[in-house]
Amino acid sequence: MERNLMKGNEALAEAAIRAGCKCFFGYPITPQTELAAYMAKRMHKAGGVFLQAESEIAAINMVLGAASTGVRAMTSSSSPGISLKSEGVSYIAGSDLPAVIINVERGGPGLGGIQPSQADYWQATKALGHGDFQLLVYAPASVQEMVDYVVKAFDRADKYRMPAMILADGLLGQMMEPVTFPEINPEAYDKSGWAANGHKMKREHHIINSLYLKPDELENSILERYKKYDIIKETETEAELYLTEDCDILVCAFGATARVVKSAVNDARAQGIKAGLFRPKTLWPFPVKEINEAAKNAKKLLSVEMSMGQMIDDIKLAINCSKPVEFFGRTGGVIPSPAEVLGEIKRMGGAL
Amino acid sequence: MAVVFERPKSLIDVPTHYCPGCTHGIVHRILCEVIDEMGIEGDTIGVCPVGCSVMAYDYFNCDMIEAAHGRAPAVATGVKRTNPDKFVFTYQGDGDLAAIGTAETVHVATRGENIVVIFINNTIYGMTGGQMAPTTLPGQVTQTTPFGRSPELAGYPVKVCEMLSQLTGTAYAERVAVDSVPHIKAAKKAIRKAFENQKAGKGFSIVEVLSTCPTNWGLAPLDAIKRLQDEMIPYYPLGVYKDVEEGVFPKTEGGNE
Repeated sequence: MERNLMKGNEALAEAAIRAGCKCFFGYPITPQTELAAYMAKRMHKAGGVFLQAESEIAAINMVLGAASTGVRAMTSSSSPGISLKSEGVSYIAGSDLPAVIINVERGGPGLGGIQPSQADYWQATKALGHGDFQLLVYAPASVQEMVDYVVKAFDRADKYRMPAMILADGLLGQMMEPVTFPEINPEAYDKSGWAANGHKMKREHHIINSLYLKPDELENSILERYKKYDIIKETETEAELYLTEDCDILVCAFGATARVVKSAVNDARAQGIKAGLFRPKTLWPFPVKEINEAAKNAKKLLSVEMSMGQMIDDIKLAINCSKPVEFFGRTGGVIPSPAEVLGEIKRMGGAL
Repeated sequence: MAVVFERPKSLIDVPTHYCPGCTHGIVHRILCEVIDEMGIEGDTIGVCPVGCSVMAYDYFNCDMIEAAHGRAPAVATGVKRTNPDKFVFTYQGDGDLAAIGTAETVHVATRGENIVVIFINNTIYGMTGGQMAPTTLPGQVTQTTPFGRSPELAGYPVKVCEMLSQLTGTAYAERVAVDSVPHIKAAKKAIRKAFENQKAGKGFSIVEVLSTCPTNWGLAPLDAIKRLQDEMIPYYPLGVYKDVEEGVFPKTEGGNE
């Protein structure tokens, strides 16, 4: 199979096109710019639509419009831009529309910085807009995984009629790695029962809508959506467990940070400390079963994040606070080093 | 017996939620007459705004999409770019189109998106109970301008057709009113022209319809019509503000280049 050296942002774009994405609407922001630039070059050759919108808000609503007609649509941005898109994401979720949103995170809050960050974990998994809703959140840790999860995000978005996010960061977006594009035959989901693409006088009119003025109707629509979420929580979790079988210290990390942690875990093992790595690949749904499996013999857990500590909440909830969970993080665009993480592991190991 | 007057087929036969004397019903009707006469109901996708016509999806029999406040032009862009062979329209009020959605409005026009925008200008926010709109006239009393709109405090009304006619991407901009039979006929003609423009690929067309809001103006329906005639039309002159022979950005299949 063909193997290419590609920048993360460009690989995301190419994967989307190969996954059958027919339109991209975006607005420039560092550090995801190459994604839109790649789309601008490639999309029309692939028979699709590239359009630079006047704002993040317009871009996500263009996605809503295209998705309403049953077309595979996506947008991408970075942290401040995702905040602007949150209104549209809420409407997409409330209208049961499939769409893919990519966040190549940078430091915040506010304008923050342009270096890698994971400080949008809460936003992505808890509150990407108003109201009761979730979106699927994938956390790739390599350029290859970004390709694979873009393909999966489009599929699952269609399957469940809901938004799906790739939560990457500036490190993954900007780095180059060898990547292989799998043979992709996107499953064609039947959207004829709901898509608003012109009824041709052959069916009742379709309405794409998130407004329910009667409370019981709104409640019922949300209950239906949550039944779907329950199925997703059962079937869609994914995680990597590395050297967890006998580990005393279970280090938890996602995305690019997990690669730093893996080095630190290997270094710890070389020094006789039984460390292991738990890496959630889906952040929502959080891999509850998998982390309990990984943590079954651990004495302590450590969450390492490029933030002030956000995933740590889900870790504590997932293990029901049954073991101590400590935190180490760098934030503001600073990437933790393997030596720093090893230092934390040794500190915790020494106290065992 | 010959039927000489009937409900347009694309206008669903249900009671609407509009207040007595509101002119939304007239505009809905003439829009649906145009859709019927052109035989395009099955190929039309409408986009509703947030505002009084938020539930217009229950009245128009074509496929409908509800947009967030101000975002209808962006939603319509997403629809049209991916479905260039379909007719796409938005139906928006003044707060939606000329306040919260100003950026979307200006850019959908400047891109020359091949869609139709029906713009209801009644100089007030109806749905939320009568607050100042971007089109509220100087001196007009609303819930949020209790002493009358003061330009010193709240600026001046936005003249949408005048503004959008300056943009190269706008193919057609006309202001009409629904206060009298001749004006209603002219309004329907303008809507027809906007849809014909879309059919011909001319680009962005907007029809601004001066309308009434008896409830929030605190006027009886007939007095509301009189206010439209006496106060609104002088401030917002009726007429064609832009009408190009050829669209500048006819969109090709797929929407690019």
